[in-house]
Amino acid sequence: MQHYTMNLTLKVWKQKNCKTKGAFETYKVSNISSEMSFLEMFDVLNEQLVAEGKEPIAFDHDCREGICGMCSMYIDGRPHGPWHQTTTCQLHMRQYKDGDTIVVEPWRSNSFPVIKDLVVDRTSFDRIIAAGGYISVNTGNAVDANCLPIEKDKADESFAAASCIGCGACVAACPNTSAMLFVSAKVSHLALLPQGDPERKVRASNMVNQMDKEGFGSCTNIGACEAECPKGISLENIARLNREYIGSVFG
Amino acid sequence: MNWKQSFSTSIGKKLQMSLTGIFLIVFLVVHCYINAQIFYNDGGTRFNEAAHFMGTNAVIRTVELGLFGFLILHVVQGLALWAKNKARRSVAYTVTAGNKTSAWYSRSMALLGTLILLFLIIHLAKFWGPNRFSTLTGHEELKLYDMMKAEFQATWVVVVYLFGCISLGWHLAHGFYSAFQTLGLGTSKYKGMIKMVGFAFAIIVPLIFALMPIAFNMNWVH
Repeated sequence: MQHYTMNLTLKVWKQKNCKTKGAFETYKVSNISSEMSFLEMFDVLNEQLVAEGKEPIAFDHDCREGICGMCSMYIDGRPHGPWHQTTTCQLHMRQYKDGDTIVVEPWRSNSFPVIKDLVVDRTSFDRIIAAGGYISVNTGNAVDANCLPIEKDKADESFAAASCIGCGACVAACPNTSAMLFVSAKVSHLALLPQGDPERKVRASNMVNQMDKEGFGSCTNIGACEAECPKGISLENIARLNREYIGSVFG
Repeated sequence: MNWKQSFSTSIGKKLQMSLTGIFLIVFLVVHCYINAQIFYNDGGTRFNEAAHFMGTNAVIRTVELGLFGFLILHVVQGLALWAKNKARRSVAYTVTAGNKTSAWYSRSMALLGTLILLFLIIHLAKFWGPNRFSTLTGHEELKLYDMMKAEFQATWVVVVYLFGCISLGWHLAHGFYSAFQTLGLGTSKYKGMIKMVGFAFAIIVPLIFALMPIAFNMNWVH
């Protein structure tokens, strides 16, 4: 593929903290390489701003290899931008052409208050995990493989659910601001394994209660979460969470 | 947490929407079946027989009370959830993905539901209301078949009914699948089947309903 450079216009959300109102600010960046990642383009912009004596844009990032879930940018109406099953750091500038205008917003949810600019507070997710997303037995050292027989398809399904990186794109994408895909992934990966079985009822009801307490919206099965999840977490997990919850109440 | 409290959580409310929705789907099947009797084109004999049974049978009349209860719960809960969900994102996005990541009708359930409700008020005021009032005040059952024949001569009534049927179709296109997903049946094994049956239901049932006013208006049935 041909490498090229481009000049872009960026409309980025600037907000001092959760108490003040934010607004868009327009920036111009030039000579952006098609081989850069979206975050590297932001690095270039921030260096430029620092050199000009202006305040750089605050944004979350950490691993820059698509597994930490920190890079929470809502790009042109899509969490993590237009590519399927990628995080922002994996979105590359070859997606864009010279002269494009890109609108970048933070995750918008009252349960994810803005800390600054594009950085949001996702500790509501931590509190949901603390409410039941664990097993409370001391498991000791890792046991030998195959000591505990687990069907292959169960293990695969559990692994697929466990690949949730807790980025919050599901909440950001959901028209109802619901956190069901996240909670269902966290409930599922434990519910599918024997280690998670003894506490499954308490876990489902405690995590759902905490999710409601954090003020997330209600799921109406729209499916935008699944379409935007960088790890491809399936709506099947939400069906499973519903079953787990119904089981915890009536079972 | 006991089972009563659990109805007030987000999944509990979702479950209420699902169960009342499935009840209303069952009602649609019965209503549609009775309506379809007009297509025998027997001057309304079979239709009036069925309507008489539905209007006078004690069991049916008791279930009718439940139907209204569930309908009101479905409407009130649905609108309350819509309002609450909207309030949970105080600052709206400037750009949204729109139809790229979800279907418009799945995002518009409250709007479609409201349109159906408006239609329902007109519909009940035209047929169900006068008929029940007549029997409750000790008069005879109204001749529903003749009433329909007269009502559907007016084009605006037919248009309102078609509009109601279209809204119902789109509401069902998401609602049917959604009800079963909420019950936890949206697994890879059943999801495809549920979606397919849901779409078929969302087309066939409103279509049969829509054919009634058209048939009377066009004088296909006498």
